[in-house]
Amino acid sequence: MTPLRQIHAVAVPLPGANIDTDQIVPARYLQKPRSANFADFLFRDLRSDAQGQPRHDFALNEPAYAGAGIVVAGANFGCGSSREHAVWALHDAGFRVVIAPSFGDIFHANALKNGLLPVRQEQAVVDRLLRQLRQTPGASIEVDLVAQSLRGPDGERSAFAIQPFARHCLLEGLDEIDYTLAQVGLIQSFERTLA
Amino acid sequence: MPQDVPPRTLFQKIWDHHVVTRRDDGQSLLYIDRHLVQDGSAPAFEMLRQRKLPVRVPGRAFATPDHYVPTDSRDPDAIADAEKRAMATALERDSAEAGIRYFGLDDERQGIVHVVGPEQGLVLPGMVLACGDSHTATHGALGTIALGIGASEVAHVLATQTLWLYEPRKMRVTVDGPLGQYVTAKDVILAVIRQVGAAGATGHAIEYAGSTIRDLSIEGRMTVCNMSVELGARAGLIAPDQKTFEWLRGRPFAPGGAAWEEAVAGWQTLAGDAGARFDREVALDARAIVPTVTWGNSPEEAIPVTGCLPRLEDATSDSAREAMRSTLGYMGLEAGQAIAGVPIDHVFIGSCTNGRIEDLRSAASVVHGRRVAAGVQAWVVPGSGLVKRQAETEGLHETFMAAGFQWRHAGCSMCLGTNGDQVAPGQRCASTSNRNFRGRQGPGSRTHLMSPAMAAAAAIAGRIVDVRTLGTGAVR
Repeated sequence: MTPLRQIHAVAVPLPGANIDTDQIVPARYLQKPRSANFADFLFRDLRSDAQGQPRHDFALNEPAYAGAGIVVAGANFGCGSSREHAVWALHDAGFRVVIAPSFGDIFHANALKNGLLPVRQEQAVVDRLLRQLRQTPGASIEVDLVAQSLRGPDGERSAFAIQPFARHCLLEGLDEIDYTLAQVGLIQSFERTLA
Repeated sequence: MPQDVPPRTLFQKIWDHHVVTRRDDGQSLLYIDRHLVQDGSAPAFEMLRQRKLPVRVPGRAFATPDHYVPTDSRDPDAIADAEKRAMATALERDSAEAGIRYFGLDDERQGIVHVVGPEQGLVLPGMVLACGDSHTATHGALGTIALGIGASEVAHVLATQTLWLYEPRKMRVTVDGPLGQYVTAKDVILAVIRQVGAAGATGHAIEYAGSTIRDLSIEGRMTVCNMSVELGARAGLIAPDQKTFEWLRGRPFAPGGAAWEEAVAGWQTLAGDAGARFDREVALDARAIVPTVTWGNSPEEAIPVTGCLPRLEDATSDSAREAMRSTLGYMGLEAGQAIAGVPIDHVFIGSCTNGRIEDLRSAASVVHGRRVAAGVQAWVVPGSGLVKRQAETEGLHETFMAAGFQWRHAGCSMCLGTNGDQVAPGQRCASTSNRNFRGRQGPGSRTHLMSPAMAAAAAIAGRIVDVRTLGTGAVR
């Protein structure tokens, strides 16, 4: 996992609640191996029409958002299917942070395991960020995982909470399986108590 | 037990019993009794291979392919797309290499993993179960903590037989009262989602309670628990009772003989203690629930079949109005219109939500002696090979086929179309599945979620119709 400490990047506004993982990556791409570039499938049906032509009403198609590294979205982002491909697609497309009022639980867990930081903020904060990003397409947001704070385009700071262990893993680029296997003695002890 | 132990919920009791260790930050390492594996798991096995890690306890895992299998044939070579075929065959290879028991296409026990697990007695009360699929909550119907997880966590379970988790908050959903004719478990859970919202249970484990839930069959309880994730919940479960025990008795992997009596005695202590505290309580009156249909692109956008779509002026904000307009455009519907009467092109009866024998019986009872409307393509996809055989023993397949339904083989099929069973762009499907997301059943597909009886009625009428009025002359 690539470590993440600070990021200062263009943020793309994706307003609206319940952006589900079927929209983030349609099911017809799930058979692709992890070695594929899932950026090609990110928001495929929101980005392109049935003929494969770019939709002009989708923010990611606007030149101002080229190279964006942060998504600001509505509530319940990543709800639905457990497909980790949704996280891979955002990651492969260069995104390291998603800011939203709430996340689907499984998406949230998947994100933390792939170096994608989900940042929960009050709806009012998200609405303010969305407004600024629409006013100034291509504006940047700064996210500091060390300080657990973000700075919007208007310079206003806002703190965020994150699970301490997840933060540690993100900062160091650590992998949970190695960590758990280092404690295999505890698992063995537990297994001996099972019938 | 010491007197100062506070009363515990069903969830709490199972959870406490599975904690391997607890970290200072509040996360617990939870032991996983049972791991169900399906054909979307290739990336997780690949993660293990890259690290040269073995599967820790292969005997606790069971595998069956469901997402990529063809439903018009049992021949894996019939999967035209090479990558999809590779997914279905990778599971057989990965299972064999790891020593995991595998029910393949040549085995009648193959089917949707959430139908097969309970059917085989692989899922028992008091277990903690994990599966790399969001509809894993289904198994909570047996009094199990059942967790849907992503590929990295599947790899973690394969390698360690554990998961790191924060204990979720507890929500109790109580449904009381009798259900009317043709009002089913599906209508109950759609009504719950309508009330609580698609993110209403995020971060929670739901316990379903009340007389309506108790009176549901085990199959019905699975339908309810299955859609817990559509409320955002981490898990959904129901206290096991005599009905649960009778349903499990004699299943192939359930305990037998003296072990059975001992197991039941343990399961009887699982129900939550009186006075156990829930973080949130929700109550519904079953008498107010009628056959329910979704109109939009989130399962929370559900309305009684007797009702009308919301009006734009009902939206609570400009952004909600904008979203509603967009959804109506995608669905090809008008604000405020009646949902009954909307013409449909497809009917899909199946999925981990409604692909069990009781669902097929319910649909067949509506279809019996009738014909599928001209121009409608109607499918029945049993949830497992054994459900299919049971239905054929009862003659249900003849009822369906005589009416013009296609009678297919077990798999996830048109619920999400990963195997190529898709709804064409712009076409409308009356579906017994669990998600009406944009593009869920294929690019541009329009999904209306409903019960098997309602989907069967839609097939006959060629439009969304109140199953209670079908054949009474009152059909509009």
